[in-house]
Amino acid sequence: MGYMRGEKIMYDVIIIGKGPAGISASLYTARAGLKTLVIGGYSDLSKGHSIDNYYGFDSGISGEELIIRGEKQVKRFGTDIIGDMVIALEYEDNGFYKVKTKNSVYDAKAVLLATGSNKKKIKINNIQKFEGKGVHYCTTCDGYFYRGKKVALLGYNEYALNELEDMKQFTPYVSILTNGMEPVVDFGEIEIITKKIKSLEGDEYLDKVVYEDGQYDEFDGIFVAYGTASSADFARKLGVIINGNIIGVDEDQKTNIQGLFAAGDCSSSIKQVATAVGQGCVAGMKIIEYVRNLGR
Amino acid sequence: MAGKNIVVLTDDNFEKEVLQSDIPVIVDFWATWCMPCKMFAPTFEQVANEYEGKAKFGKLDTDANPKTSMEYGIRSIPTVAYFKNGEKPKATIGMLSKPDLKKAVDNLL
Repeated sequence: MGYMRGEKIMYDVIIIGKGPAGISASLYTARAGLKTLVIGGYSDLSKGHSIDNYYGFDSGISGEELIIRGEKQVKRFGTDIIGDMVIALEYEDNGFYKVKTKNSVYDAKAVLLATGSNKKKIKINNIQKFEGKGVHYCTTCDGYFYRGKKVALLGYNEYALNELEDMKQFTPYVSILTNGMEPVVDFGEIEIITKKIKSLEGDEYLDKVVYEDGQYDEFDGIFVAYGTASSADFARKLGVIINGNIIGVDEDQKTNIQGLFAAGDCSSSIKQVATAVGQGCVAGMKIIEYVRNLGR
Repeated sequence: MAGKNIVVLTDDNFEKEVLQSDIPVIVDFWATWCMPCKMFAPTFEQVANEYEGKAKFGKLDTDANPKTSMEYGIRSIPTVAYFKNGEKPKATIGMLSKPDLKKAVDNLL
């Protein structure tokens, strides 16, 4: 069901995340003939030494083995699986999605967010206190308010580099703060501070970043693009309703945005393989319905 | 486009429509290029219709009205600010679900 737009393939669905929710969804979409692409890196499940509470495995199964079997199963039905890092998700005027990865760009009619829960949230004193008042997560939404101001971008990899390109449209005064990480990409001619951050300080609004060595720098704002972008990061930028860190979905695993679904730990308070697989199944079936209705 | 129960606010009419209003006013600070703002618009409009006569709902384009946006320290959109009797408003930053927006409006009334 995929078709070519110029040189590129238009996927019926792109699934971000290759844990049990994403792979389970692709089982249904690919089997129904939808051109399906799964993009993901490492799944937390692979750390599971022995999963003893998943139906049908009377002696337990390791997380890694379950992933290998799942991937093998869906490849049989024609799912493309790519190991890559998604750095941006955009909703286009034509109602389709553009998925930017470290290495490429893909188009899709529908997207499933299934990157698991975001456990790697950066911990810096006062970061929450200044959210919306100097601490921001969306350059395209809030960068405008920092035109010509001095800002820092918190990050060290391709995700941060992508946000830096956006931020440069608004101000040339951008520094990279890596919080102790070594940069893994070339940020170009820009100040890079690799010191560990102790806290953020200010009254009502952020004034300065204090490092662990006691020194500080003044910034008008900080944009966070640290580590791997999570489903919640993508969702927030598109205007999906998020409760805490859990993406809001209805009983069909649909978000409030057309063609955007979420399943598994990123959209559920119960974080089990069984629930992820179940939600992936529901999402897969509802995506089939959604994509087929687009053609009518 | 604003609905029938939404007042289009500007730097020029903000004082009269919001600060001098006889009833509480809920203001959505937004911009045309802000995707979450676009997604939030239908929710804001639905709630505005439900509270017709009890509260005034207005939208202010931050891009076209920088004076008011700066005065209220808007740095993130969508931001919804809740005004009553011309006092310093409370605000919520980011997307709100319909129940959360209604709860915030009920707290104001």
